[in-house]
Amino acid sequence: MHALDHVDAGTPASIATRTVTLEIDGVATSVPEGTSIMRAAAMVDTRIPKLCATDNLKAFGSCRLCLVEIEGRKGYPASCTTLVSEGMKVHTQSERLTELRRGVMDLYLSDHPAALIAADAPARTEIREMAQALGMTKSGYASDGVRHAGLPKDESNPYFTFDPNACIVCSRCVRACDEVQGTLALTIEGRGFGSRVAASQGESFLDSECVSCGACVEACPTTALQEKTLIAAATPKQATTTTCAYCGVGCSLVAEVSNGEVTRMVPDRDGHANQGHACVKGRFAYGYATHKDRIRKPMIRAKITDPWQEVSWETALNHAASEFKRIQARYGRDSVGGITSSRCTNEEAYLVQKLVRAAFGNNNVDTCARVCHSPTGYGLKQTLGESAGTQAFNSVMKSDVVMLVGANPTEGHPVFASQLKRALRAGAKLIVVDPRAIALVRTPHIEAQHHLQLLPGTNVALLTALAHVIVTEKLAKENYVAERCESESWQRWVAAVSRPENSPEASAAITGVPAAEVRAAARLYANAGNGAIYYGLGVTEHSQGTTAVMCIANLAMATGNLGREGVGVNPLRGQNNVQGSCDVGSFPHELAGYRHISDPNTRALFDGAWGVKLLDEPGLRIPNMFEAALDGSFKGIYIQGEDMAQSDPNTQHVAAAFSAMECVVVQDLFLNETALYAHVLLPGSSFLEKDGTFTNAERRISRVRKVMEPLAGLADWEVTVALSNKLGYPMTYQHPSEVMDEIARLTPTFHGVTYEKIDRLGSVQWPCNEAAPEGTPTMHIDRFVRGKGRFFVTDYVATSERVSARFPLLLTTGRILSQYNVGAQTRRTHNVVWHDEDVLEINPHDAETRGIVDGDWVGITSRAGETVLRADVTERVPPSVVYTTFHFPESGANVVTTELSDWATNCPEYKVTAVQVVKVAKPSAWQQRHRELVARQKIKGHVVS
Amino acid sequence: MEAERLVSMANQIAVFFEHEEPAKAVERTADHLRKYWDPRMRKAIIAHLKSGGAGLAPLVKSAVGLLPQT
Repeated sequence: MHALDHVDAGTPASIATRTVTLEIDGVATSVPEGTSIMRAAAMVDTRIPKLCATDNLKAFGSCRLCLVEIEGRKGYPASCTTLVSEGMKVHTQSERLTELRRGVMDLYLSDHPAALIAADAPARTEIREMAQALGMTKSGYASDGVRHAGLPKDESNPYFTFDPNACIVCSRCVRACDEVQGTLALTIEGRGFGSRVAASQGESFLDSECVSCGACVEACPTTALQEKTLIAAATPKQATTTTCAYCGVGCSLVAEVSNGEVTRMVPDRDGHANQGHACVKGRFAYGYATHKDRIRKPMIRAKITDPWQEVSWETALNHAASEFKRIQARYGRDSVGGITSSRCTNEEAYLVQKLVRAAFGNNNVDTCARVCHSPTGYGLKQTLGESAGTQAFNSVMKSDVVMLVGANPTEGHPVFASQLKRALRAGAKLIVVDPRAIALVRTPHIEAQHHLQLLPGTNVALLTALAHVIVTEKLAKENYVAERCESESWQRWVAAVSRPENSPEASAAITGVPAAEVRAAARLYANAGNGAIYYGLGVTEHSQGTTAVMCIANLAMATGNLGREGVGVNPLRGQNNVQGSCDVGSFPHELAGYRHISDPNTRALFDGAWGVKLLDEPGLRIPNMFEAALDGSFKGIYIQGEDMAQSDPNTQHVAAAFSAMECVVVQDLFLNETALYAHVLLPGSSFLEKDGTFTNAERRISRVRKVMEPLAGLADWEVTVALSNKLGYPMTYQHPSEVMDEIARLTPTFHGVTYEKIDRLGSVQWPCNEAAPEGTPTMHIDRFVRGKGRFFVTDYVATSERVSARFPLLLTTGRILSQYNVGAQTRRTHNVVWHDEDVLEINPHDAETRGIVDGDWVGITSRAGETVLRADVTERVPPSVVYTTFHFPESGANVVTTELSDWATNCPEYKVTAVQVVKVAKPSAWQQRHRELVARQKIKGHVVS
Repeated sequence: MEAERLVSMANQIAVFFEHEEPAKAVERTADHLRKYWDPRMRKAIIAHLKSGGAGLAPLVKSAVGLLPQT
């Protein structure tokens, strides 16, 4: 069932610009050409009964309930499949139509449980609404005929049930899986009366290919597919539109509430980023918000070996403030800092960086984007002039060729993946650049034209080889370059990439990718018409992460693939607000809007607004903070919504750094891994408990709206305000909208952003200012933000992390659909059904030579540390490459990753670690120590991590 | 700050700029250190250079020489 506040128009909107005028029940109306009669009627508030139609699926015309009469035409055409035409006169109500519809409905009801149609039926369903509209509460047929009754219910999925007894075989679920999600997991098996919905080859939903996105559940007009929360709770009465707090797609969701608790999350069909779709995390995995592990009271302790003591907010904030003041008095102004979170709102990130700069009086603020997309910010700013992706997500529908580099959208950005699949199934070509055989390489009705399966750490060599082909085979758009880019940088770049050592033939020895495949891929992209590049952390998290981002921008400029729909450079951001937290000044060298702290005019603006004198020097970045902690010059940190002890590389190094600090303040939903080293714990608030905004990967600013009160009494932004006041720097905001007003006043690219505008437009993509009052879906249209685009020479430099006889395999890391980042949220939901431990993927060849079989415990050792995981023997990874995820703290994936980092930004090189893998029988020494540490710190009512 | 780590980071930066004209490469490396390194990190690398600069690439030595020495 669609969301409470959605009015279902029955069929999708037409994008035609020409209009057609017709009459519906005597009411004249003009609608876009290509609109169905059903939708045109809905647009004049005339509801035509329907069962198989819904406005996010193509018209199907099977239920025969939506029949209408058209003057001058014979019969009773279905209004969902009949398009409007000029001068058409439609009648939606007549005695004959009612008779026909009742006849059809009677047949449906004859094979439908009577209790589900009764006036007091527990669930809101379309079939009951339609029956009631036709004045029917039961079937007129005898009940002793053959019926689909007594069939077993499939309750295998943790979030929804399938009851075939309530199924009317309208195919909406099958079509939703095909058209909305693109997985094609459902089908109608059998024929005639024996037709029934089946998952995969008649398997249970849990065992099938179903990815549990829930599109089928939402599409179902009966209770055949139904959320378990709706079965257990009262029908929701209130709906609030908000924004998902998981990945960087930033789906708009409608939270339906009953008795003060969320009972259902439904994607907003008007949502600009997701267009009515969601994934298993966004739609279903919100239970963490009320999980028993949530921290509901502030806690303090003198030493990290002491037990926690629950205290009042007043006591905790006073303690934190006095500790920071003590540390600064003893060790100096620059001995403390703060971390903003990409999981928190723009307003909250802005306040934390303001607290650091204004209340602490230094620039030691950084954000978790440091460890994911900081190279994107640097690389795109240098080449194009703005630290952001260039397109809206729906731009991909106009792409002819998509190059996917180091990204795995079906796992990490599933709703964008569904859109990408639609584009590919409509004919767009695909190039995958990835060491692993990700799902999109070959999936139903999709096969990548080229899978450039390179060795981890060789992106720059491969991307430069692509550039070599484009330049030496004269495939570049030289007119575009001459008009839009710096001539000198172009000439230097052409000379560099043309060198023989950059040819695919030469680089094949480095990348492992056959030269012919590279040449063919380069030709395909360069001759695409519209070629778009989408990339992820497989590009950025390398010692040459920034260089690889520059490579991508170089390729797009050289081929003229920037400045219009269907093209572009598109970073797929990992967390929900990576873009936003960076936009609002979370990096130590930049104020909001990516303006360097050394710029006196920008500083003067903020000095005036904040009433302070800002330092003109950059502060410490996250890895630098750890180094400074170990050398004794950095002693205190305020961390909002980030679990650095789990997510940052070289866990033992991070733990040593935290242990060397005198005041670690963690503000989080749960007692996370970092809290093991904390002295103050301030309860965080989930996205359901506060107002604010998130900015997704397409620069789209969307509203986060409060659905329930903060469990601990304060929203995250209120905690920062209170802490700042305790530190002696007054903050007086009464609502996050005031914070956004301040950001807009001080940031040229945000000048036009207000909550009122976001509410009115639904969302807005920055830049949003006097030049673009309603935002900017596509950037760099007539010129690049920096003026002329700048090419950078991108010589390949091998990482110093190399395989050896001792460490002969390369470990690379990634994520999985059902879990999110460090797993703090998703591990506390039913998503553990799909993934309850991190495993090590290893190729059969490497497994066999080590005597490892599927499911064995294996030890993974690097020069940084060792851990133990279960083996998953699979050909998804090539020989000599192993792979794991990092969603469970006890896995210790980051115990083995090293401190190597990107040259420009210090973004860690998570994607390349030389390791050895051997069969073992017990956990690693680190894992045993970790278990003991966690056990020691368990407190009543809270489970650590 | 651990000198070995800073030396490694500075050398990485210089490698990116070393294809530029020599003077420009030095200036760009120095500019990167000025814009992205916290003062204590710059102070430490300057001190390391003054104590012999073991491990520093020649380009980095020149770049660090351009940084304010106080």
